[in-house]
Amino acid sequence: MVTQMAQPLVTQPSTWIALAPVVILAMASFVLFLADSIDPGETNNGLLAGLSLVGILGALGVAVWYFFAGVGGEGVSLLGDQVVVDGMSLFFTFVVTSVAALVVLGSYDYLHDQPHKGEFYSLIVLATTGMALMANANSLVVAFIAIELSSLSSFALVAFLKHNRGSVEAGLKYFLIGALSSAILVYGISLVYATTGSLQLDAVAAGVAETDNVGVLGVGVLMVVGGVAYKTASVPFHFWAPEAYEGAPAPVSAFLSSASKAAGFVVAFRVFVEAFPLDVLTGLGIDWVLIFQVLAVVTMLVGNFAAAMQENVKRMLAYSSVGHAGYVLIGLAALGGGNDVAVMGAAMMHLLVYGFMNTGAFLFVALAEYRGVGRTFEDYNGMWRQAPIASAAMTVFLFSLAGLPIGGGFLSKYVLFTAAIGAGYWWLAAVGALASALSLFYYSRLAKAILIEDPIHEFDVSRQPMGLYAAIMIAAIMTIALLPAFPVVDLAQAAAAALFA
Amino acid sequence: MLIETLIAVTFVAALVVFLTPEAYAPQVAFALSLLPLAGSLFMWTGFDASGNALLEGSTVAFESQAQWIALDPYAINWYVGLDGVSFPLLVLTTVLVPLAIMSAWTPITERISQFYGLVLFMEASLIGVFTALDFFVWFVFWEAVLIPMYLLIGVWGGPRRKYAAIKFFVYTNVASLVMFIGFIALLFGLGDSVTSFGMPEITQAIHAGELGGFAGLSGDTLALAAFIAIFFGFAVKVPIFPVHTWLPDAHVEAPTPVSVLLAGVLLKMGTYALLRFNFTMLYDVAATLAVPIAALGVFSVIYGAMLALAQQDLKRIVAYSSISSMGYVILGLVAFTVYGIGGATFQMVAHGLISGLMFMAVGVIYNATHTRMVGDISGIADRMPITVGILIAAAFGYMGLPLMAGFAGEFMIFLGAFQSTVLPSAPIFTAIAMFGIVIVAGYLLFAMQRTLFGEFRLETDYEVTRAPLHDIVPLFVLIGLIILLGVDPDIFFTMIQDAVDPIVELGGGA
Repeated sequence: MVTQMAQPLVTQPSTWIALAPVVILAMASFVLFLADSIDPGETNNGLLAGLSLVGILGALGVAVWYFFAGVGGEGVSLLGDQVVVDGMSLFFTFVVTSVAALVVLGSYDYLHDQPHKGEFYSLIVLATTGMALMANANSLVVAFIAIELSSLSSFALVAFLKHNRGSVEAGLKYFLIGALSSAILVYGISLVYATTGSLQLDAVAAGVAETDNVGVLGVGVLMVVGGVAYKTASVPFHFWAPEAYEGAPAPVSAFLSSASKAAGFVVAFRVFVEAFPLDVLTGLGIDWVLIFQVLAVVTMLVGNFAAAMQENVKRMLAYSSVGHAGYVLIGLAALGGGNDVAVMGAAMMHLLVYGFMNTGAFLFVALAEYRGVGRTFEDYNGMWRQAPIASAAMTVFLFSLAGLPIGGGFLSKYVLFTAAIGAGYWWLAAVGALASALSLFYYSRLAKAILIEDPIHEFDVSRQPMGLYAAIMIAAIMTIALLPAFPVVDLAQAAAAALFA
Repeated sequence: MLIETLIAVTFVAALVVFLTPEAYAPQVAFALSLLPLAGSLFMWTGFDASGNALLEGSTVAFESQAQWIALDPYAINWYVGLDGVSFPLLVLTTVLVPLAIMSAWTPITERISQFYGLVLFMEASLIGVFTALDFFVWFVFWEAVLIPMYLLIGVWGGPRRKYAAIKFFVYTNVASLVMFIGFIALLFGLGDSVTSFGMPEITQAIHAGELGGFAGLSGDTLALAAFIAIFFGFAVKVPIFPVHTWLPDAHVEAPTPVSVLLAGVLLKMGTYALLRFNFTMLYDVAATLAVPIAALGVFSVIYGAMLALAQQDLKRIVAYSSISSMGYVILGLVAFTVYGIGGATFQMVAHGLISGLMFMAVGVIYNATHTRMVGDISGIADRMPITVGILIAAAFGYMGLPLMAGFAGEFMIFLGAFQSTVLPSAPIFTAIAMFGIVIVAGYLLFAMQRTLFGEFRLETDYEVTRAPLHDIVPLFVLIGLIILLGVDPDIFFTMIQDAVDPIVELGGGA
């Protein structure tokens, strides 16, 4: 493979080292397989979780270091321009590795009585590798491979409780819809290739300008939108999400709804901005911003209305996660209004905040499952009594998700909506504000169950899940800290600006 | 840095109390709540402000500003400071919280450390509301008050607490959203002439006539629409008829110390914000709408008093009378005279102390008799002479007995409203509002006479005993403060006047 020499770097690592976060993750997953295969029967939960954490935090640390050292400030392209390392890829690597670290920490207790721990951790790390690679993909084929890498690992993770009918059924549904969506995506990619003669994003952009097969290209773009919508759980490709999140072990639900969604969005951001330049495609009559506007509005409304009607906590969170995908879609739907950097930066920032608050909320559900609490709102009644600190953290997650100024969720929504207004799409912001107001209803309903209602049954608190507690607390502290520390939005804007440069 | 320290200390105190074992929580919470009190009294010694924090040419005490989020186009900055309007309310907050905590020792028997932790968390947020000068920072604290209040009513309240808590939460949250949208519309109308959410900057830009149109609306229409949205948002909090219906439910279900804070401080958030946003920032719209606003205020006075007259529950009587008292405040604000707005600000403090005292005294009676129904009790004056004596004193304060704080506030409001040049036919509005006092005196005396005096009779199985000392001490402290403020209103009124004069000058009034 020919490695092209890219621009000189600020800190001068040879180019492939720029990809270190992904490489570290890949190596960590192999080390985990190896550690597990040396002595397959005896699984040392602490060792395996520790190894995964070291790998994930290593990748996270390197990503942060690179980000601040300015690696990829200009964008480092490597492996024949198939892969790019820039501010946006490092930003998203940070998001997915943070979520993965929390999920591993939370899984340590959750897996206590489960066999096949080694497989679980290595699948998590492998899926994270795929997501980090999605952030770096600079060609449609790398994006596809990365999506498949994370999806295949995720299918197995959803079905991980293989003696639990719900888990297996969820895995199967997730797999079938995933396979269908992959087929749509890869078919779309092939149509794009057929019309432009290239798979690399910048070359696709060049080819788009010269194509005469506008109809075929349009169908291809539409199918790529479908593939992205599936990965981000956006309407109308969202049907798998409530099923998969409900059936999956709760830490896996946290992982999929936070990290996987963020990774799906980074692919969408990069592909649509770089490969399908809006002005050129609009000139051809393919107005993909319009498609995303429709998707954003429908996703916000469907997700939030459906969440409001759920009786099951996990399904409520799953639908609300669909709703949040709708908010983030504003990042694409408000492009072309002269405020591109602001809307995309705001969408990235919302994904960062969402990564912590949503992971925290699902980890609280993991705690409830660990304690043998049931699944409905009523089952959560009075959890405050036996888990006061975790309940306080959950209050923070719920109100921050709803957009009250108790955590970063308020500011990220605010910035997102005002950026949309600034771009002239005030009606996107209006729908978003309406959906947010509605979301307060079902989030506060769960808060009410946990904090106000009297418990209907006691549960076993003899064993303290320290890892799970630690993960929930870290997520809560990060959610709150992102309110005063919101100036990081500048970093997100800078990363977004690089994309448009 | 003093304000930041004050907020931080209170937050940390909340956290400490939250983690304190149940057995020590009441005492620890009380001791820690003295820290913000000491802090605010210390700040009083160095309080140096002149003019209104939002208007040009003012000195703001303990002003502190730091860059926070450099958003384009409006930067969000950490910006706090105090002037003569906000400082008395800050003192009121820090004084009422320790007293409310002490009054909670008897009624609060479960989830104790959580209760006191939430009270202190709410205090920290309230300090933030009264000190923030950046709209965004202010809004964060404004919303942060709701969550502890929601839980305090929902967890420790009476039988219908869940209904009351959710009603409170939904009403005030929808109101916040409407207000937020109204304010943001204002910002869009200002366009490039402001670069931050600083309330002084925005106010001065509006006064300089920078408000342009937005989305097809002209500048004037935008100002009017924004004014109405913002007014609605705060009217719910105050509360003004017809958006007052959450208040009696919340008050009746809330435990005594929470009612004290709800009536004493939370309602003042609404009137304080009205003064800052509607009557200072958008004073010319307020002047145009003077008649409908005054009508709402006066109607609230009479309507609240009539409703109070019809109640059988002592706590409901006090709750409805708050609607009445807040109506006076609205009338004072819309008068745009020094005594009107100054008296309204003074009345916020006075009503905070008096209604707090009333709720506390009713709470002590409830602790002893386990009923609040006027028909169930009579003649308890013999059994609980001290409590009853203070309750009567508080009722006289409510009626506006001279030499008590309520008199000073109401007298100034009536004087100011009478002299108003902004409000057409001001004397008529004033006269109707003054009639409210007669009804107030009527229902208070009627209720007192039936419950406190006459032959002792109690239609429950409880033995009525004297209240413990820690129930009585807060009552004494409050009645002392009410008399102190009544005898010497200048303790606060001079600084209030400093901050109010510039607002009055805006309208060219006297």
